[in-house]
Amino acid sequence: MDSRTILAELPRLRRYARAMLGDRAAADDLVQDTLERAWSRFAQWRPGSDLRAWLFGIMHNLRVDQLRRGGLSTHSLDEEAGEVPTRATQADRLEVMDIESALRQLPDEQREVLLCVALEEMSYAEVAAALGIPLGTVMSRLARGRERLRLIMEGRPPTANLRVVR
Amino acid sequence: MNPLNITDDDLHAYVDGALTAERRAGVEAWLAGHPEDAERVRAYQAQNLAIRTLFDPVLDEPLPDNLHALTVQPMKATVDAKKRPILKLLPLQRLAAGLLVAMVGGIGGWLAHGQYQSSERLALAVPLSRQAAVAHVVYSPDARRPVEVTADQEEALVKWLSKRLGTPVHPPKLGALGYELVGGRLLPGHAGPVAQFMYQDGSGQRMTLYVTTENAGKPETGFRFAREGQVNVFYWVEGKFGYALSAGIAKGELAKVATAVYDQLEAK
Repeated sequence: MDSRTILAELPRLRRYARAMLGDRAAADDLVQDTLERAWSRFAQWRPGSDLRAWLFGIMHNLRVDQLRRGGLSTHSLDEEAGEVPTRATQADRLEVMDIESALRQLPDEQREVLLCVALEEMSYAEVAAALGIPLGTVMSRLARGRERLRLIMEGRPPTANLRVVR
Repeated sequence: MNPLNITDDDLHAYVDGALTAERRAGVEAWLAGHPEDAERVRAYQAQNLAIRTLFDPVLDEPLPDNLHALTVQPMKATVDAKKRPILKLLPLQRLAAGLLVAMVGGIGGWLAHGQYQSSERLALAVPLSRQAAVAHVVYSPDARRPVEVTADQEEALVKWLSKRLGTPVHPPKLGALGYELVGGRLLPGHAGPVAQFMYQDGSGQRMTLYVTTENAGKPETGFRFAREGQVNVFYWVEGKFGYALSAGIAKGELAKVATAVYDQLEAK
């Protein structure tokens, strides 16, 4: 772990944090915390192992800690309930904007898995390792997240009794 | 109707391009006969694309200085998570605070060195290059206030820094090499004040000269070179002074400037 390899990972960490949190300042704070914790523990990193997965794991744990402490300002779902996005087929741009607000409506653990897969293009096994969850949990969260996102995008907000096909 | 036993997991793996060619062909055959699944897969593919389209631009955004600084390993004990809320100041102040802790942390290495005093002198000098590089990455990217006192008040700057360091210090003149003095500032060292002079060339490339008196009584060294992340550092100990010249430029170019600095200081 040296400066150049860290530098190479930074843009992706920032992109993921931005997608995860939505807010730019909060995302960069999370990246900063991640780097600080990584440096303080870098003796634990085995050279030759996957630095990216290790950093994502640290970021994930920090986020879990933050959520547990309740220190983060999070969007309430109720606030957004009034503006359910409608499906945009005419303009890609509209669809892109829709997906941002739709992503905010996913539970954290589903958004996290979906972003690791869709944005970071991690394999399912890598996601499981980085987040410290079983592969089966990765698949079920991915399936739920995608389906929920699809329903939101189609203007059919998911209901509590949403049946997830596995 | 499902000879390959296509599962929901296969559909996701298809969306993510994680299937073998054979399995992929199987899923495609399945989708051809199951329009609802095909619609779902299409929607998931669109999600992937939309997510990347939305967030990929973040990859090209310039890195904030505070993150860039963290690509260099801070000295030990830079972070004490519990103290963080107190340090919720401006990002730069946070960094400066971290810098202070980093330098205090350096004392640990210094004390450890005392145990094998007779051996490598290099161990003595490494903290100097590291401190100088950290100070360089903290202050040189600062567009508005890279220095505390600007070069148009050079006389006041020299007087102030000399007084604080307790000995005359002068910024060398590097105009002939294309670097003009921007100004200087006072920094905390291991046990007292340290001076930093900042220079800039026509393209805006910045270079800092870090001057410490904490090497008084320590053996003199010749030029030493260190690479600290993106920053190249030449440093040496001369008399009671330790000097470190840092910049994100090629080693050869930096060596030229370092030689000029050395010659000027020697002549004084």
